[in-house]
Amino acid sequence: MSIFQEALSTAFLLILQRDADLMEIIGLSMQVSLTALFIACVLGLPLGALMGSREFRFKQSLRGIFNALMGVPPVVVGLIVYLNLSRSGLFGALELLYTPTAMIIAQVILILPIIAALSSQILEDLHEEYRDLFSSLVVPPHKALLAYIIDARYSLLTIILAGFGRAISEVGAVMIVGGNIDHLTRVMTTAIALETSKGELALALALGIILLLLALLVNFAAQQFKSFQTVQRYGGGR
Amino acid sequence: MKKYLYAAMLGLAFSAIGVEAFAGSATSIVVQSTTSTKNSGFYDHLLPIFTKETGIQVHVVAVGTGAAVRNAMNCDGDVLLVHSRAREEAFIREGYAPRRYDLMYNDFVLIGPGSDPAGIGGQKDIALALRQIARTSATFVSRGDDSGTHIKELELWRSAQTDPSQHSGDWYREAGTGMGATINIAVGLGGYTLTDRATWINFANKSDFTILSEGDEALFNPYGIMRVSAQKCPSAKIEEAQIFIDWLISDKGQKLIASYKTDGKSLFFTYPK
Repeated sequence: MSIFQEALSTAFLLILQRDADLMEIIGLSMQVSLTALFIACVLGLPLGALMGSREFRFKQSLRGIFNALMGVPPVVVGLIVYLNLSRSGLFGALELLYTPTAMIIAQVILILPIIAALSSQILEDLHEEYRDLFSSLVVPPHKALLAYIIDARYSLLTIILAGFGRAISEVGAVMIVGGNIDHLTRVMTTAIALETSKGELALALALGIILLLLALLVNFAAQQFKSFQTVQRYGGGR
Repeated sequence: MKKYLYAAMLGLAFSAIGVEAFAGSATSIVVQSTTSTKNSGFYDHLLPIFTKETGIQVHVVAVGTGAAVRNAMNCDGDVLLVHSRAREEAFIREGYAPRRYDLMYNDFVLIGPGSDPAGIGGQKDIALALRQIARTSATFVSRGDDSGTHIKELELWRSAQTDPSQHSGDWYREAGTGMGATINIAVGLGGYTLTDRATWINFANKSDFTILSEGDEALFNPYGIMRVSAQKCPSAKIEEAQIFIDWLISDKGQKLIASYKTDGKSLFFTYPK
């Protein structure tokens, strides 16, 4: 049996049996990445709106920085967070190293630039389009901003999914700050790395297949939300 | 109304974080460990029994010996379990640990493809075996990651009076990764590598690879265990760390270590009392 066939059957067996360890790992992966995504959106979307619709000093430099940060390797973010959370680091007294919280912090830093930089671009385009109309109608800035966000919600959803994709798939940062501790900080990607290093390639690949299915599921749910909204808006062609 | 909604959502997010932070601070210790003990299933065998008896959770961070020592120097571990005598002694000399305990030992082995292009099958003298690899320019994959195995490998090259670093990138490949990942690379390249026996026995992707040199005294691989010092790391969990070490070196702990087998083969050996 080839390693691919073995991986496929292992993956389906693991899912069918609802393997307790696997469920725990999936649960933690989702918990960490979704929490990081939520925090990154709460911080990143207003930041994107600000950069997209207001003029202020150093705006272009700020955008440049965020654009550059989109490409920072996760392992570098992991290292920086490690140095800060280490007991000998700045925030060592909080004892957060090797906890899921440390992993959330690292992932927020990873995906915040994506959310902020990409949403600022989209909102800026809308702002260009509606600025004259809104100013002639004397729409207050915060209402205009809300209108942009509602109007751009599908594009923003795509950005949020991109952020989720980067969070759930990265291994470099969570490996360093989480430590891949069994039953505490082991997530899908670090489990895959561990099984690979044990030479259990079929099991590692099976976990990879499950991770892929998980990502598909999340994207499919987002797609459903989008078409449901479209139906509501246009009455489904009735 | 909307404000309350946002506040509730934020509260939810942070309460999730708070719960986790709290769970992390229960009676638990962090062990900075070499990868070989982790990959070989050693902890899966011992830790459930220890936790059941003492109620202390043990969180194992498995990295190379070099990284484990550095993490422990940053006080990011309560216990250090590694296999490089020189590094362990330096750790104690610099005051990071009060003392070292002999925990167990096994040995290193030289593995390679069944075809054995350098023709070293059965050469017990590891220095001669390495020289043979260098002479035939057969591919050798080094850990290259400052781990205990890497430090030992460099020591063996020195005793073979060969400097492989001149051939780095040619026949000498420095992988810069863990033991299992390095064996994967060696298997992929059809090259030789040095590994501890426990990782090798448990390794699942062996292909046609076998042990080609073993039994030389220079291949002895002792594991030491230490707890960090209270002076250097005041917030470390000294008491629990000492309980863990005392348990491992007790008659009972030593018996459990000696009884751990894979495919009927012992992975770690304990010292006679």
